[in-house]
Amino acid sequence: MIDALRTPRGVAAALVLLLFAVWPLLTQALHQPYLLSVGTRIVIWAIAAVSLNMILGYGGLVSFGHAAFFGIGGYAVGIMSAEGIQNGWLQWPVALLASAVWAAAVGALSLRTRGVYFLMITLAFAQLVYYLSSGLEAYGGDDGLNFSRSRFPGLIDLRDKATFYWLCFVLLVAALWFCGRLANSRFGLVLRGAGSNELRMTALGFPVFRYRLAAFTISGVLGGLAGILLANEGTYVSPAMMSWMKSGDLIVIVVLGGIGALFGPLYGAVVFFAVEEFLKPFLDLAHKGWGEYWQIVFGPLLVIIALYARGGIDSLLGQRHG
Amino acid sequence: MAEVLLSTDKLVKRFGGLLATDNVSIEVRAGEIHALIGPNGAGKTTLVGQLTGNLAPDSGHIRFAGRDVTKLPAHARVQLGLGRSFQITSVLREFTALDNVALAVQAHAGHSFRFLADARREASLRGPARRGLEAVSLGARADVPASALSHGEQRQLEMAMALAGEPKVLLLDEPMAGMGTEESQRLVGFLRSLKQRCGMLLIEHDMEAVFALADRITVLVYGRVLASGTPEEIRTNAEVLQAYLGKAA
Repeated sequence: MIDALRTPRGVAAALVLLLFAVWPLLTQALHQPYLLSVGTRIVIWAIAAVSLNMILGYGGLVSFGHAAFFGIGGYAVGIMSAEGIQNGWLQWPVALLASAVWAAAVGALSLRTRGVYFLMITLAFAQLVYYLSSGLEAYGGDDGLNFSRSRFPGLIDLRDKATFYWLCFVLLVAALWFCGRLANSRFGLVLRGAGSNELRMTALGFPVFRYRLAAFTISGVLGGLAGILLANEGTYVSPAMMSWMKSGDLIVIVVLGGIGALFGPLYGAVVFFAVEEFLKPFLDLAHKGWGEYWQIVFGPLLVIIALYARGGIDSLLGQRHG
Repeated sequence: MAEVLLSTDKLVKRFGGLLATDNVSIEVRAGEIHALIGPNGAGKTTLVGQLTGNLAPDSGHIRFAGRDVTKLPAHARVQLGLGRSFQITSVLREFTALDNVALAVQAHAGHSFRFLADARREASLRGPARRGLEAVSLGARADVPASALSHGEQRQLEMAMALAGEPKVLLLDEPMAGMGTEESQRLVGFLRSLKQRCGMLLIEHDMEAVFALADRITVLVYGRVLASGTPEEIRTNAEVLQAYLGKAA
């Protein structure tokens, strides 16, 4: 732990975590409550990106349907809330279980394919949930569903914005800790080995499919957690939260941060949202209305990263080992 | 005679109109090196694919370690003790040499559903892996990424990985490919020393190595077994001479 602080990578991670840890105090001191909610969204998206990084970065499996877990986690909470179940102790486990079941089912079918077929089939399953949710007329259909934040009576009050932020932050730290341990565990080494050379791992006697399915399911649960948080953050769910563009954004964040780098998803989420938040007003400043087209600037930026910084932001911190 | 560990019974594999494996019955016994030779396109790689489980035969049976493994997936055959080396070098390039062998040890040590403990600190994985590297004279290169090893070293690494699984039978798909004379000679000596540990099916184009090592040789031509016997029998077999060995023998 202390050793890690001797490397630029460790220092950068510690500084970013420190900044996030005191973010609510900073935004309060600066009287910028809006920035607290931006911070909350960054943390939640970082959790989702950490979960995608587990299968994409370690497993080498490009899933293009990860936003489905936003939707499943979110809708589970939203629907239960609409049915009068406000208690988080009930809502959250059900939402996580639903994510696990969905991940296991999708994984069992899609992990039999490879490469671009895997990408297409995960996208197809995500689209399936997307259209299913917009068909849920009882729960708002296309317009989505409003509800109030989960209740944890006697424990914490999520309606307090700073409290909610800190809960998200603690969960992000826990997810990073788990992922860091996983990467170097027996399971993680099998997952990473299969990502780099599946045939070799099979020839060593590893039933690769089983390990991938387990990883896909764990990743799905973590993605579902991000969905629960995202729904609570906006107190609103709609099909839009699981559109294919959100899945694309998640891939962008992982690639931007550095595929397979532990803190990559966090760096990626920070830069992604910072660019979105600041590029828009900046362009509007240059010419009214240009802000709408911030992606015209962001797109080429991504291309440059893909061409010249293959390891993403993380690679700026020096060579990675093991 | 020693017990038969691996055998095929009238194995047939078609690719469209091409009969790639035509009623092949061969066996590998404990402690022997059985060499499989034949011209390019004779169906050696197709046969190996069926033995490892990467290809399904159209008919016939494969028996290994006393059971029918025809329908068993590739990883399960490895777990039963059917090891292999690849024709084209196949290592985990991002991992160090030691990590590569440690993963092979891990594969042999039961399931890997352990999520938190650092596998690189497990003495029960690192110890045998280090010894395995030393056995193929790669001890000094343990912490070098596999991608930075020379071609010859990667071949040695593959051997260490295959042996870490303590195989009963080892399928060696052209282990001498791309090796210099000196390296080949060293490998011949090494393979000979392995005979007490496992049976081997050796697919090889280097006839010098084949005749130096093999206890038995099977000649495959157009997917069929043309001849099978001791090196001496094969060397003097008129059909083999005509079909394959030609003037070289």
